[in-house]
Amino acid sequence: MQDEIRKPGFERKGGSITDGTVSLISRVEELAYELEVKEVMTDNVKVVSPESSMAYVLELFRQARISGAPVVADGNLVGIVSLEDLIRALTRGNLEASVRDYMTTELLTVRATDPVVEALKLFDQTQVGRLPVLDEREKLAGIITKGDITHGLLAALQQDYQLEEIKRYRASHLFEDIISDRTSLILRYAIEPRNFTQGGAASSNIKRALLRLGADPQIARRCGIAIYEAEMNLIIHATNGGLVRAEIEPHVILMETIDDGPGIEDTELAMKAGYSTASEEIREMGFGAGLGLNNIQRCVDEMKLQSRLGSGTRLEMKIYLNDQKPSRDPQHPDEEKTSNDTPRDHQATGPHLAD
Amino acid sequence: MTLQEIIKQLDLTLLTEQKDFSEVVPTCGYASDLLSCVMAGARHRAVWVTLQSHTNVVAVGALLELSAIIITEGATPDPDTISKANEEGVTLLLTEKPTFRVTGRLWELGLRDS
Repeated sequence: MQDEIRKPGFERKGGSITDGTVSLISRVEELAYELEVKEVMTDNVKVVSPESSMAYVLELFRQARISGAPVVADGNLVGIVSLEDLIRALTRGNLEASVRDYMTTELLTVRATDPVVEALKLFDQTQVGRLPVLDEREKLAGIITKGDITHGLLAALQQDYQLEEIKRYRASHLFEDIISDRTSLILRYAIEPRNFTQGGAASSNIKRALLRLGADPQIARRCGIAIYEAEMNLIIHATNGGLVRAEIEPHVILMETIDDGPGIEDTELAMKAGYSTASEEIREMGFGAGLGLNNIQRCVDEMKLQSRLGSGTRLEMKIYLNDQKPSRDPQHPDEEKTSNDTPRDHQATGPHLAD
Repeated sequence: MTLQEIIKQLDLTLLTEQKDFSEVVPTCGYASDLLSCVMAGARHRAVWVTLQSHTNVVAVGALLELSAIIITEGATPDPDTISKANEEGVTLLLTEKPTFRVTGRLWELGLRDS
């Protein structure tokens, strides 16, 4: 598949397809299957009749600035006449001849309802520059060129982008549009134990939801980090995994994780920077630095860790929006305001030499 | 210093999709293989140097909105990790060189830790 669609519009230097290349073209590739020929073709086509003279074709090509035209008789497509055919007529000084004598009658066509990829395949396999498009009654519906496909794909990609913008716009008005005494949006994610490939999915989804709702990017990032650490704790430590829940209100975000075991023996010790009970295997993956809970604490305004050995753990985290809380970072009041991204007071929590 | 210059100077292999890296200007660098340390220490738009290559580095890169992740010692991530990185818009770069050498070069090029 890559080969077929790559060549016409998407030639890449070097030729070998890396994983990166594959994912780069994947959306375009998908679109080539999703879009139908009729969505990208030119439908207002200049046609000529077999009886027209080649001089007429010359004039038409010049005025309409085109390089080919379908030949239609009684509403049926009978051929195609191109610049090459015109040149042949010109070299022979035979412009008075009729189109019938010079047109190409061995026709390659596509259907209006075919996916665009069918046209790409034909362009790739043959040397033709344009393909007539037929409707379901075998009548000429339009014409398609490589340029039409490129434009169509770009327009579709642009539309994808605009859809995301619209989603964002709609979501950002959610709280304004819905009237109640107290509106909140609750997101829930079930976290499977030891499923590391799923790690980070809940946090990135929550972060994306917050951005769509119009949250400040820095707040969204802080929520993302806090949820990530809490989510990873469920994956690494919770016997049966657990639940991540985020409740979003206009002025506060309440996030919690709940699991049913094994529970933490000493929550105070668990909060100590560098303390971890993670196995050697998990540490090899880069987890178990003993900093997860500390990271959460740095990112949220309020945090409550409740646990009982044998019965489970509940972690509650709260982030206030709109400066409901005084400055959260008293250790670094000078930090530049423009990029004070992740809250950073890890110096205050001591060096993390845990490992 | 743009990411494009860094890629060229360090001869890094791009694993994720091509972007206009001449527009990407990393704020600083960070090196660690412990994800929570990175969460705590790496800044927004930093370049992170690590030899971890499993799928969770992508989550970290996305959450911190890192400029790029340089994976050292040729520890090539699996295709799922790379496609996840593309989905999340995270740039993954690969080198055969060890972390110490890479960070040294980045420092020479003027990248600092904050």
